Amino acid sequence: MLTLAILIPLIGAVILAFAPPANRQATRLAALATALLPLIVLIVVWMGFDTSPDAPAFQAVEDFAWIPTLGVGWRVGVDGISLVIATMSALVFAASIAWPIELDDRSRQYYAWLLFLESVSLAVFLVLDLLLFYVFFDLSLVGMFFLISRWGHGEAQSAALKFFLYTFVGSLAILLAIIALVLAGDGPLTFDMRVLITRHPYGAGGWAAGLTLFGFLFGFAIKTPLFPLHTWLPPAHVNAPAPASAILAGVLLKMGTYGLIRIPMSMMPETFARYAPILGAFAVASILWGAFVALGQADMKRRIAYTSINHMGYAVLGIAAAGSLFFGSEGARQLALTGAVVEMVAHGLITGSLFLMTGIFWRRAKTYQLDAYGGIAGVAPKLTALFILAAFASLGLPGLAGFVAEFQVFAGTFAVYPWFAGLGLIGILITAALFLTMVQRVFFGELPADRRLFSDLTPSEYAIVGVLLTLVVVIGVYPRWLLAPIHAAAAAITAGPLG
Amino acid sequence: MMPIGDVGPEIALILASVAGLMLSAFVRHQRQWMAILPAATGITIATILCVRQLGATPTLSFSGTWALDGLTIWGRLLILGSTALVLPLIPRWLSSDRRHGEFYSLLLLSAAGTMLLAGAADLLEVAIAILLSSITGYCIAAYHRDWSISVEAGMKYFLIGGFANTLLMIGITLLYGMLGTTSYASIARMLAGGGAPSPLLILGIGLTIVGVIFKMGAAPMHMWMPDVAEGAPAPAAAFLMVVPKIGGAIALARLVVLFPVDVVDLRPSIAGLAVVTMTLGNLGALWQGDVRRLLGWSSVSQSGYAMMAIVVIGITPKALPALLMFLTGYAVGTLAAFAVVTYLRGRTNIEDYAGLAKTKPWASLVLIIALLSLVGIPPFAGFVGKLTLFIAVVDGGYGWLAVIAIVNTVASLFYYLRIVRTVCFEPSKGHVDVLDSVSGVSTALAGLAVLALGLLAQLLLGPFSHITMVARG
Repeated sequence: MLTLAILIPLIGAVILAFAPPANRQATRLAALATALLPLIVLIVVWMGFDTSPDAPAFQAVEDFAWIPTLGVGWRVGVDGISLVIATMSALVFAASIAWPIELDDRSRQYYAWLLFLESVSLAVFLVLDLLLFYVFFDLSLVGMFFLISRWGHGEAQSAALKFFLYTFVGSLAILLAIIALVLAGDGPLTFDMRVLITRHPYGAGGWAAGLTLFGFLFGFAIKTPLFPLHTWLPPAHVNAPAPASAILAGVLLKMGTYGLIRIPMSMMPETFARYAPILGAFAVASILWGAFVALGQADMKRRIAYTSINHMGYAVLGIAAAGSLFFGSEGARQLALTGAVVEMVAHGLITGSLFLMTGIFWRRAKTYQLDAYGGIAGVAPKLTALFILAAFASLGLPGLAGFVAEFQVFAGTFAVYPWFAGLGLIGILITAALFLTMVQRVFFGELPADRRLFSDLTPSEYAIVGVLLTLVVVIGVYPRWLLAPIHAAAAAITAGPLG
Repeated sequence: MMPIGDVGPEIALILASVAGLMLSAFVRHQRQWMAILPAATGITIATILCVRQLGATPTLSFSGTWALDGLTIWGRLLILGSTALVLPLIPRWLSSDRRHGEFYSLLLLSAAGTMLLAGAADLLEVAIAILLSSITGYCIAAYHRDWSISVEAGMKYFLIGGFANTLLMIGITLLYGMLGTTSYASIARMLAGGGAPSPLLILGIGLTIVGVIFKMGAAPMHMWMPDVAEGAPAPAAAFLMVVPKIGGAIALARLVVLFPVDVVDLRPSIAGLAVVTMTLGNLGALWQGDVRRLLGWSSVSQSGYAMMAIVVIGITPKALPALLMFLTGYAVGTLAAFAVVTYLRGRTNIEDYAGLAKTKPWASLVLIIALLSLVGIPPFAGFVGKLTLFIAVVDGGYGWLAVIAIVNTVASLFYYLRIVRTVCFEPSKGHVDVLDSVSGVSTALAGLAVLALGLLAQLLLGPFSHITMVARG
């Protein structure tokens, strides 16, 4: 079942890449139909997901041998965390593929790359084999590299290269750490995540465990990205086409935090706990750095890109708090982890829709400068309404998804690292300020003469952003359906090695 | 009674090469290409004979001079497969050469010499094998007799080779003088007692290693690689980048396990050479504007990676499969890249590859997956090779070597991607001439092998994991 969610977009990509030319509209609809199928598959899996306390941790599992000599196999399956993140990713992909974009004659290749990227990104969240995880993690770089460098604007090629080299360094560090982790334990060589989670290869740890953990943290911190390894992110975002930006923020960044939860936190919990305060400190630094630098940006896309660093900082802070076996109660840590995962989902939906909407500004006026706009509310009321809704959700207004996430992260972290939580709260204040000033400068005030013809959302743009933001409201008002699977997985992980 | 059948594959190649020589002495210029037929037949027969030897108990044959074990047999299969992929590139490329029939014979003799090197369990046999494969190698490198760059390549190859071979002979002489024997089995017995070695013995070992390293194209004997890659006829360059390296790597692996650790531990120095080799190779390739020279430098760096597996051989059972898997991935990747270069009539300036993705999409596809495989990007053969390599090195306690290799891999990404970028993103420069459809077949096959050997790696890794070495005697 889950294999289908990976295979369908891949097959779609291959067919599109080699199919005879068709008109752009038909290509887009075919790609959209292909992208919706994995979403349906994941929703079906979600419906059948068992959240009762004695249910197995990983469900919908499929397992075939591939290279038995190395203990590598095609293993897919989900727990509550990967299920919700994968489903959110499938939704962001469907929205990005549906998003209208001006293309030259290479529209088939564009949609083929998007579908390829969807396939490998979903695979990152769905596979239960460490080697496959690494493989798909790497392939997602290849897909994004081509999307940015071929269909980006401005300094697209150098931004794409920077993105690729930066994250490739990280992924190689992860590969080394994976090899060390796999070789560390007793028993036959295997890359099966389930076996490694129960095996705890390093036990209580040692210097080798510390080095391995460093490899993982370094690699995932680049991907997340965490201060000071974030410098690839703003250029990549600014120069990418809007749908690629939405995917980069909504899906690819989640691979870093998901990896942190799935690998070091679950497979080497004692070592992770020892270094969790350091990770927490870097998370707080990201929260503050991202917020302050975002405040100083005059380019709206760059500003939103820096808020991504800030928001992913909340998620990492929650993860660090959840992994500290030595502080805080189990309940608090569980709360922090649940909050971190909800933050990932909320950030994917909110920032995804914000980046899609910045695409509208580029398309209509070819600039992201805040000063080039003003009074847009007068000519584009629908865009204004949705943008403001997304901005409020992003700054954590109660009743919207961002609040559910940040509340749980901070409530959990206060019980574990009160100082970090206190400092992190400053980040929320700044975020509020930076979103409010952005909204004010773009949508209110005087309309510049050359923006008179700025047109409002088209029906399809309205529908796409509408779906994403409806979910943001639904999660904010009634989050139970989302929290149930996450809670089950978080309870299993934070119970630690003794649980 | 000599077990002639043990060297059946080599004999098949030599007979085929004689047949090709006879044929080309008698047929007219237009029919010189027919010498490919005995060559192909010889390779086929040799392959069948090798496959029949698979699974036999590893033994030392010919009075202990010839190791017939899984390492030898798989090494020969790899050499034969690589030579077979080179063959279809030749006929059209050399069609204007009046004596091109002899090229096939030289190629087969070179391949036979390398196969002997892979199985050598005696220092004298190592010397003979290296001489046979080198002398034929010089000839095919300089085969364009009227083109100064080709002659220069052959000349450089010959000078460095002559130097290395002399050092090898001196090294072997010293070893024979100190130990009174050249066979590996007796050497292992002589040294089993341990004790401090004499400086002359160490010198002899060092010089022998240098002689073997020349075949691998590793530092300090690597300088011929970029020149040959650029100047030799493109099919010869493809052959010389790949095949000698396979034999050299296997011979080096046998030498590393031959000398007991308490007499002289070669591993740290091999590790050092590996680091120097991969770094030099990558630095050389970094700003290279000539695709063939770039591939030559990249082949140098790949020798460095291969030496990582040799470093941990004997420490971990994962090293031998890793070495073979890596060599396989390297061989198909490099052959595919050179096949594309040949198919495109040897165009070599990187700017001439601009926009190739539009004009020649399939050839570009093969080139791109070959380069990605050489970097070690999944799911290609090179990825599985590097993965098993890293697993072996970390398992053998040389984690720092893996870290350096990773840093080098990132650096290499830069120049491989430069080609990919030129091929994909830059505007095309108009019509592109290609060689012929026969070389196109070879190109497609090599590209397919890069993909298939990655996806179906278990087919190789399964048998590789049971391989043992007998060289210790």
